[in-house]
Amino acid sequence: MNRKITDKLATGMFGLCAAIIAAILVGLFSYIIINGVSQLSFQFITTKSSAIAAGGGIRDQLFNSFYILFITMLITIPLGVGGGVFMAEYAPNNKVTDFIRTCIEVLSSLPSIVIGMFGLLMFVNLTGWGYTIIGGALALTVFNLPVMVRVTEDAIRSVPKDLKEASLALGVSRWHTVKTVLIPSAIPSIITGAILASGRVFGEAAALLFTAGLTTPRLNFTEWNPFSETSPLNIFRPAETLAVHIWNVNTQGMIPDAEAIANGGSAVLVISVLVFNLAARWLGTMIYKKLTAN
Amino acid sequence: MSEQMVKEKPERAVIVPKQNHVLEVKDLSIYYGNKQAVHHVNMDIEKNAVTALIGPSGCGKSTFLRNINRMNDLIPSARAEGEILYEGLNILGGNINVVSLRREIGMVFQKPNPFPKSIYANITHALKYAGERNKAVLDEIVEESLTKAALWDEVKDRLHSSALSLSGGQQQRLCIARTLAMKPAVLLLDEPASALDPISNAKIEELITGLKREYSIIIVTHNMQQALRVSDRTAFFLNGELVEYGQTEQIFTSPKKQKTEDYINGKFG
Repeated sequence: MNRKITDKLATGMFGLCAAIIAAILVGLFSYIIINGVSQLSFQFITTKSSAIAAGGGIRDQLFNSFYILFITMLITIPLGVGGGVFMAEYAPNNKVTDFIRTCIEVLSSLPSIVIGMFGLLMFVNLTGWGYTIIGGALALTVFNLPVMVRVTEDAIRSVPKDLKEASLALGVSRWHTVKTVLIPSAIPSIITGAILASGRVFGEAAALLFTAGLTTPRLNFTEWNPFSETSPLNIFRPAETLAVHIWNVNTQGMIPDAEAIANGGSAVLVISVLVFNLAARWLGTMIYKKLTAN
Repeated sequence: MSEQMVKEKPERAVIVPKQNHVLEVKDLSIYYGNKQAVHHVNMDIEKNAVTALIGPSGCGKSTFLRNINRMNDLIPSARAEGEILYEGLNILGGNINVVSLRREIGMVFQKPNPFPKSIYANITHALKYAGERNKAVLDEIVEESLTKAALWDEVKDRLHSSALSLSGGQQQRLCIARTLAMKPAVLLLDEPASALDPISNAKIEELITGLKREYSIIIVTHNMQQALRVSDRTAFFLNGELVEYGQTEQIFTSPKKQKTEDYINGKFG
């Protein structure tokens, strides 16, 4: 076989692989949207879910999903970025750090149901909180932290060594160099990592079944005092998220329109993740531009 | 020398330096792990003069240069023995505040490495860390150092655009400017023009000649014509040893060692 044919064949193979991936993605996405879009309405996302009768919405579940995501990222990002910076810049190269790195990798590949069980023991039983938003958020943090550390470490390491040397050679301390040169240069990659992590959190069900629970108490959306029992912001209340709700109505729902609710919920979930990604990406570019005066 | 450079009083009395020497290198050996890269170098660096370090790749000249402002501290396996006296103080000592040392002994690298920030922010980066917050003072230092680096006229109307929008030669002059902004006493230049085109190269050389009135400059170069053009004294390194050191003219016209003559005449390297 001559080289030209081999080259064409290889190009064709790679193109085919890309096409298969794109086809699966587009197929899945359009299937979810087409089936769910008829269900979508302002009323659907602003009505409380119903336990028995048809016509319920997903208001509380949608709010819970965003709220748990927010709390999780609030814990994950500072810890993860801090850990990543430490691993990239400060940790010495020895067996201990190699071991830590292995632990991080193992942790990031743990099945989410195992994290859920761990969360149940740790954040539900041991703390005596019961099913709570904070318990769910902490379980998701366990699940997310390794990814965040890894992403940050890689992002910091991929900043050209020249820039770090330039700053140090000017008589700037290591910490100030990390803060004003390395982290700003790594921000776009860190944001991308945070987006990927958020997508996982937003769609996660298994880790939340046993930590944030399958129910939501009656919420009063005019009560914003986070210590009030009925406040949506109360972090010590159980909270069923959208992903958990989809699983719940599909497996044990008694409502007649379970399938429609699940389809609509899935569409909202997918669209949310999409919008979220685009917004975060835009934000990352904006921050980067602001920091670098490009 | 700023007071902060020494974390604690040195153990021995400060030796009064010879007036015309800014640095005195005594029996300096540098190792990477078990490999010795620089062997027992003794060398006095003149004040307000340009000293060129020449020699083939891997001869230890860059390693030597990077040890003068302790950039080799970044390499975990690197260690140095001997002394480098800067104004009578051994800068290899454990009592030295490396951050302050680097402010007095600045360095410019082979590849232009501006920060991905504005031209203005590139210069103020280290000044702000050093505690200068006054906008008027910063503005003044920015203009002054860009002028010294012969870049002011080219960038004065776009100080707040990205440094990455400059050409390679302009970027290198910006790197020189931000080092000058720290008002160092010694400038270390690690092949500062080797990545640039001939015109930018000539500008950098012209700049170096102008700067030696105020600074003591040590330049590593592969280009022997450049060493001849810009330097007052030249040191020839080979296999980690200082083979010959003297007035540039003497090194190039009547070297004392055969190896120096062979290298200068292009017989190896």
